[in-house]
Amino acid sequence: MGVEGIGASVVRKEDRRFITGKGRYVDDIKIVGLTHAHFIRSPHAHAKVKSIDISAAKDMPGVVGVLTGQQIVDDKVGNLICGWAITSKDGTGMKMGAWPAMAPETVRFVGQAVAVVIAETKNQAKDAAEAVVVNYEELPAAADIRAAIKQGAPQLHPEAPGNVIYDWTIGEEAATEAAFKAAANVVSLDITNNRLVPNAMEPRAAIGEYNEAEEHFTLYTTSQNPHVARLVLSAFYNIAPEHKLRVVAPDVGGGFGSKIFIYPEEMVALWASKKVGRPVKWTGDRTEAFLTDAHGRDHLTNAELALDANNKITGLRVKTYANLGAYMSLFSSSVPTYLYATLLSGQYNIPNIFAEVISVYTNTTPVDAYRGAGRPEASFVVERLLETAARQLKVDPAELRRKNFITQFPHQTPVIMAYDVGDFGASLDSAMKAIDYAGFPARKAKAKSEGKLRGIGLSCYIEACGIAPSKAVGSLGAGVGLWESAEVRVNPVGTIEVLTGSHSHGQGHETTFCQLIAERLGVPISQVQIVHGDTDKVQFGMGTYGSRSAAVGLTAILKAMEKVEAKAKKIAAHALEASESDIVIENGEFKVTGTDKSIALPMVALAAYTAHNLPDGMEPGLKEGAFYDPTNFTFPAGAYICELEVDAATGKTSFVNFVAADDFGRLINPMIVEGQVHGGLAQGIGQALLEGAAYDSSGQLLTASFMDYAMPRADDLPSFKLNHTTTLCPGNPLGVKGCGEAGAIGASAAVINAITDAIGNNKIEMPATPDRVWHAIHG
Amino acid sequence: MYETTYHRPSSVDEAVALFGKGKEAKFLAGGQTLLPVMKQRLAAPSDVIDVARIKELIGIEPTGDGIMIKAATTHYDVATSGTVQKAIPALAYLASLIGDPAVRYRGTIGGSLANNDPAADYPAAVLALGATVKTNKRSISADDFFKGLFSTALDDGEIITAVSFPVQAKAGYSKFNNPASRFALTGVFVARTPAGDVRVAATGASQNGVMRVPVIEAALKANWSAGALDSIKVSDSGMLADIHGSAAYRANLVKVMAQRAVTAAG
Amino acid sequence: MSTIKLTVNGKAVSADVEDRTLLVHLLRENLNLTGTHVGCDTSQCGACVVHIDGRAVKSCTVLAGQAAGSNVTTIEGISKGDELHPMQAAFRDNHGLQCGYCTPGMIMSSIDIVNRHGGKLDEETVRQELEGNICRCTGYHNIVKAVLDAAGRMKVSQAAE
Repeated sequence: MGVEGIGASVVRKEDRRFITGKGRYVDDIKIVGLTHAHFIRSPHAHAKVKSIDISAAKDMPGVVGVLTGQQIVDDKVGNLICGWAITSKDGTGMKMGAWPAMAPETVRFVGQAVAVVIAETKNQAKDAAEAVVVNYEELPAAADIRAAIKQGAPQLHPEAPGNVIYDWTIGEEAATEAAFKAAANVVSLDITNNRLVPNAMEPRAAIGEYNEAEEHFTLYTTSQNPHVARLVLSAFYNIAPEHKLRVVAPDVGGGFGSKIFIYPEEMVALWASKKVGRPVKWTGDRTEAFLTDAHGRDHLTNAELALDANNKITGLRVKTYANLGAYMSLFSSSVPTYLYATLLSGQYNIPNIFAEVISVYTNTTPVDAYRGAGRPEASFVVERLLETAARQLKVDPAELRRKNFITQFPHQTPVIMAYDVGDFGASLDSAMKAIDYAGFPARKAKAKSEGKLRGIGLSCYIEACGIAPSKAVGSLGAGVGLWESAEVRVNPVGTIEVLTGSHSHGQGHETTFCQLIAERLGVPISQVQIVHGDTDKVQFGMGTYGSRSAAVGLTAILKAMEKVEAKAKKIAAHALEASESDIVIENGEFKVTGTDKSIALPMVALAAYTAHNLPDGMEPGLKEGAFYDPTNFTFPAGAYICELEVDAATGKTSFVNFVAADDFGRLINPMIVEGQVHGGLAQGIGQALLEGAAYDSSGQLLTASFMDYAMPRADDLPSFKLNHTTTLCPGNPLGVKGCGEAGAIGASAAVINAITDAIGNNKIEMPATPDRVWHAIHG
Repeated sequence: MYETTYHRPSSVDEAVALFGKGKEAKFLAGGQTLLPVMKQRLAAPSDVIDVARIKELIGIEPTGDGIMIKAATTHYDVATSGTVQKAIPALAYLASLIGDPAVRYRGTIGGSLANNDPAADYPAAVLALGATVKTNKRSISADDFFKGLFSTALDDGEIITAVSFPVQAKAGYSKFNNPASRFALTGVFVARTPAGDVRVAATGASQNGVMRVPVIEAALKANWSAGALDSIKVSDSGMLADIHGSAAYRANLVKVMAQRAVTAAG
Repeated sequence: MSTIKLTVNGKAVSADVEDRTLLVHLLRENLNLTGTHVGCDTSQCGACVVHIDGRAVKSCTVLAGQAAGSNVTTIEGISKGDELHPMQAAFRDNHGLQCGYCTPGMIMSSIDIVNRHGGKLDEETVRQELEGNICRCTGYHNIVKAVLDAAGRMKVSQAAE
């Protein structure tokens, strides 16, 4: 490894612009003639739109246009799609209701747009929006899963009787049933996985621009995957053909899944820019983010674990209701099915698993992928069950886990996933050592003598990352392939541009991707530029989510690099009159091994472009592309242990220690990897202790700002102790697994297991607020 | 925010005169509450009259039996004032817990009291310490000042000019944060007068805003110690209940925060 | 409408704006200083923190008129040419940022924290003092490290001046 190569904690190239205030986010962009959009949103969770009177608003100062849902339907803009087809256990397809970008007839959640005002300034648009009169006829609402599935519940969509979207199963029901019949012990838990609001700090924003002469559209948007946005906007939403639409995702201020999806506001900004003949900018405020960004999680689950007399797990049975909100968001259907139930084996050898997932509509904001997407829900079910089992059986929780760990790889689980490699015992050992697990009973006793309730909680998570391979996800219902593309351009002067379909919105690709080039060619990263986030520059890409950028995106770059190197070696060999097989690349030079003959990269590049003296038949230029589609998911795994104290008088939790031992395979930049873990842990801890979107029974969001939705602050969290154990991923040449979601997947169970240990009972749901913990202790 | 007209008068008299001329004027001090409300279009003042830089409204002065804090003095200046720290350290401590550092640089004692948010910190200190609120027209005792949620004895156009705090024999404050807003989920200020009377005020807990807590006052008058409250029970009737805390939980917090405030008071 | 005159990053500026204009919008829209961000509507996230007369405040909760006559410093105004402010350097060196959106406000608040506490900062104090700044990416771990690191660097650079 060089100082800037793979494995080096290189400080980030992109930081300079962010720390000097020179980042360029969508709302920072100004275009001549720019207008501003403000949406008129339903105050009701369920209502008929009887009429919309725009007459007063359209003549208000600065108003350029007022557009309604009926107009977007009349213009044949397509309804929003869901990109993953799920088949119910009875063989029928999922029951999907129509979702127009603005509602012409019926609104089904608070915040759904019915019209938009476009004006010269944002304030003028807001002023005029108040003059738009919408006449609603309120309908009864179903605000949560229980309300939606009960007899006589309000119906959201005619297509989905009983509000059920699908009733899907995985695994062997009969064999699992038999395992439970034969079990020596059965552990059962009811689990709520709370609804979360992603809250990337940059609110979503979009600018639509239409060039009439070229019949060409540009969309600047806060997207994790601009190419997917372009594909969907043209192929399904009918707004512009793909070759007449450029999508740019510049600096994006965090995503966490919520910026994967193509939202109504982006569709409207583009469509409206042609309607009003001016560029249209919409920048969401935080309240709009709470009301309209796709939420995450929201499951009700009953889970049972069967064990034999030796405490070996023999079966797992799970029934989950998943709340998908009022409409099916882009990947919503896959999250509680293929991203959730396929991970229910956890790190354990479980011979029989059966899971049933029933997804339902409710009059709430749509729910889709949020950091971890299905895998945190699975991990929470498994790790809460294991902890509860250990306490019920009066065995050490670490030992029960260890006894049931998968130790032979590859391992085929009963729920599709085939784990390629891992060493779960090593991670657990590392975490136990870091927290001095053996010393815990003494620490607990000492705390007790001081009137404190101390607890320790373990969580051994596994995730399936590097979301791909296309063939596998296609067979499971995905509407897209999940490969990644890259292009490596060596310029005539020897500087390098790497074009990637991955998108960085905080992950540090502009540094880590350069490190691969530095590793391969021995050039400084200052000579390399990463180009991403613009469909005019990068040919195609699937974007960044599911911890896939290193395993899939970076491997695509490696594949392109290998082609570049092969050609460059041919050119170098030709120039040096040596055999191609004798050429090695070191420190930016192509050397003939065993001699002092060499030629520097810039000279090779120049030779490629001058083309005066290339090997016979070789095309000029030094630029190669690659598409990479892996053969399997990757399986990051690890062990988290949380030690905390509960103040019995107030129910307040304080951390004593939080340790993580992760196995991510090879680390490209350990500093950045650790940063990803820190952030994931904060979100997992946030879910466990602080965060929860709450609706009242009429479907009003009670937590629509940071005043009521508790975001983790610096003083809510501890400093983390991180460790790494390593098994290299055999599925990709770099041996990487992905690290973006681990913390969010594993942390919440560790925290809840620690709290339940501290208070001595299991009567706690997330978020374990002081109020809830106090009630769990005192009734 | 709706359009408004901004004024920056240089004296209280000028501010009051401007208020009288406006159709629906509001005084603006630090703006840390009014501006967020205006941004949400929940308030639409025709005129905002910025009193934050009026010199006669800024400063902290010792008085015969205590201290006087002028209305436009910021939370930061109260928290870091040597005068306050020496005379009533619990009050300086309370000011150091309001909002966050950026809010404390702008927010003022007068603005906080005039707004009387049911979860604000200052009302607890004013009520427990038996302070006097001075306005451009009169002096109002703490017991007469607070009139329920967001409501005070102030008349339209009446402006707080200062608050006089007597130094008590003992004083302490303890706050339990709302995990989201960081306002007081419950905050309790306890004070014992030189004569041995006890005044206890709780904020954040009651449906009617800041309140005295007679059951705790009686117990502490008999025995000024945290342990004296072990056996008392604060009724949850009339307590706020929301996603952050049930009425029973808040009633418990009133007791626990009172105990911690007594311990802090010494 | 009013004409607002103030000093921003050492330069006298003036702008004609509606009285309802917030300082953050004056900076972003009229002065093109887009490093100051808006992340919430409730004065909590701190992405908009700037210094007014040397104190870190939330520019989303200050009317432009209130700032008239003041000295405002934004994230764009703290480095000396190419030389980063020690707080900026510490954020970079400690990986105290990811998406960068909260970063300008974090840095402006953190400079104020060090100004107030000098070298007497510890982890607990930094965490408490960052109450008014929300970050969704970093879990604050490296931000806390950066502020502690910068506190040392700022002491050194002040001593050198």
